[in-house]
Amino acid sequence: MGKSIIDKIWEKHVVHREEGKPDLMYIDLHLVHEVTSPQAFSGLRMKNRKVRRPDKTFATVDHNIPTDNRKVINDPVALNQMTTLEKNCLEFGIPLAGLDSPEQGIVHVIGPELGLTQPGMTIVCGDSHTSTHGAFGSIAFGIGTSEVEHVLATQTLWQSKPKTLKLEINGELKKGVTAKDVILYIIAKNGIGFGTGHIIEYCGETIAKMSMEERMTICNMSIEGGAKAGLVSPDETTFAYLQGRKYAPDGAEFAHAVKNWKELVSDSDAQYDKTIQIDAADIAPMVSWGTNPSMTSKVNEQIPKLDECKNELEQKSLSRALEYMGLQEGQKIEDIQIQHVFIGSCTNSRLEDLKQAAEIIRGKKVHPHVRALVVPGSQQVKKQAEADGLDLIFKQAGFEWRESGCSMCLSMNNDIVPNGEHCASTSNRNFEGRQGSGARTHLVSPLMAAAAAIYGHFVDVGALLSAETVH
Amino acid sequence: MSGFKTLQGKAAAMDRANVDTDQIIPKQFLKRIEKTGFGQYLFYDWRFTKEGLPNQEFELNKAENQGASILIANENFGCGSSREHAPWALGDYGFKVIIAPSFADIFHQNCLKNGLLPITLPAETVDYLLQRAKNQPYDLKVDLQNGIIEDEYNFSASFTINEYWKKMLINGWDEIEITLQLETSISNFEEKRFAVQ
Repeated sequence: MGKSIIDKIWEKHVVHREEGKPDLMYIDLHLVHEVTSPQAFSGLRMKNRKVRRPDKTFATVDHNIPTDNRKVINDPVALNQMTTLEKNCLEFGIPLAGLDSPEQGIVHVIGPELGLTQPGMTIVCGDSHTSTHGAFGSIAFGIGTSEVEHVLATQTLWQSKPKTLKLEINGELKKGVTAKDVILYIIAKNGIGFGTGHIIEYCGETIAKMSMEERMTICNMSIEGGAKAGLVSPDETTFAYLQGRKYAPDGAEFAHAVKNWKELVSDSDAQYDKTIQIDAADIAPMVSWGTNPSMTSKVNEQIPKLDECKNELEQKSLSRALEYMGLQEGQKIEDIQIQHVFIGSCTNSRLEDLKQAAEIIRGKKVHPHVRALVVPGSQQVKKQAEADGLDLIFKQAGFEWRESGCSMCLSMNNDIVPNGEHCASTSNRNFEGRQGSGARTHLVSPLMAAAAAIYGHFVDVGALLSAETVH
Repeated sequence: MSGFKTLQGKAAAMDRANVDTDQIIPKQFLKRIEKTGFGQYLFYDWRFTKEGLPNQEFELNKAENQGASILIANENFGCGSSREHAPWALGDYGFKVIIAPSFADIFHQNCLKNGLLPITLPAETVDYLLQRAKNQPYDLKVDLQNGIIEDEYNFSASFTINEYWKKMLINGWDEIEITLQLETSISNFEEKRFAVQ
């Protein structure tokens, strides 16, 4: 029986295997941020333990930092968390891209950007969106703080091997349909728990044609379908992205690495526990209308009706979600009025995302009832976007142009959506209160968010782009 | 961490699907650098009104659920963010066991690391428990050693949990200590792995 890329990477990382126990897995890269690490470092200190491989650990601050004025941090508890990370990194010898660093950014944006993320690796971070790094053909997953401590101390984790899921997407994407729409469509169609206990391999011609940034968007939201991780086999697109990055191998080492990376493909007769086929042509620009990412529809559809629910539990969830969101069953998605637009987060804050949004916005104005902000994923993204003049396009349209961080994806800092107001957000979670107490989040692509900023409600960006091409 | 063998306690019903960790412990409480003291913020936005008063409609505020140490929940409990603050908050509030038809992976793992026992039972069994615990005081007995859960109405169900995690829970062992005993294996692995590259 052939092996999948998931089997191959897993087997290469087993340090210790014993009947009746999970495998002891080696971890190649451990990313650390300020929110889920302080208790782990305290644990080490209490037991007088060292960090085993500071050279395989990299830290940054992203979750609760301000994105307006970075010099002034008014929240003393947040400030304490940031300075605690600085102290911990200093004490344990861990490299840190701090608030003043030109390499600072959202942990899942800077890992790939700096070339830390590489094919064939096992990568962990105390953050569920670690699945992003799977875009490079690595097994990357989120862990809790106890596991952060365990990796710091031992560079390993006890893990039972998850099941495997092959998710194949073929066909041409329609105009205005992005990677974000693809993953939202997958979750809407298969449910919020479809991936639980599995690692997903995304494959097929649609994925093969995607850029690294698009693949990252897809892998990023694997967790929203419940999956442990999601990955894509590395190919020429992957190698080209990595070449020349700061921590990627260079010269002869790069050629040698590529030779090894090319072996990271699933055998043609590989077996999977589950297989899902998706037709790219069926996907439209998507908008979430509920309180979890599976509560999502195509922009030209309507919110489902209560009597269309499969069972009582689903009906209760729908009814509760509509009440929280202040929406009606059967309501047209395009009729939902928007007061806020957030372009950012580890899902959609990279250069291509900003470029796409800017194309929609160029020469237009943000709707008078809308407050819109762009939060680049990293300082490097910000710098490049400014070099390309994107900041001016956004600012002239009436967007706020911010410093890099997680910002309004989880609103741990001051970037909050007020109670009862609707936000078109390029982030990954529309849970109750995620963007602020009583905030109503709609997950969309950067294109859809940009269009909503101009019109003040959702519009089919596919139709918008087609119309513009005609004129 | 102290060990866990059996528990007799009050069970509270929370009949909601896909309860995410953002609800279990909202983000505004993640800025602390300690593991303790999170119980007061558990389910904060559901448990309290905008004015900060207890929301009488919320399950855990009902009289019959006061002092509960077992939570009966519905499918995909603990989905979303990896924040271990979720099991810290549940444990600090007084929960020792959570029963559901399914759990999100990271949350499940985080529970095991904190002496909180996640029990997966078939949906119809969980439904029976939910109905029993709704609107009335309901006690359950959980025997981790033998994998049995019982009530006073002659209900009994068996559950399984990975032997390794069971042993860790029962003994309350320090997992890092156990791994560090495999130091030679880790060093040998590193030598081989990084020699090839």
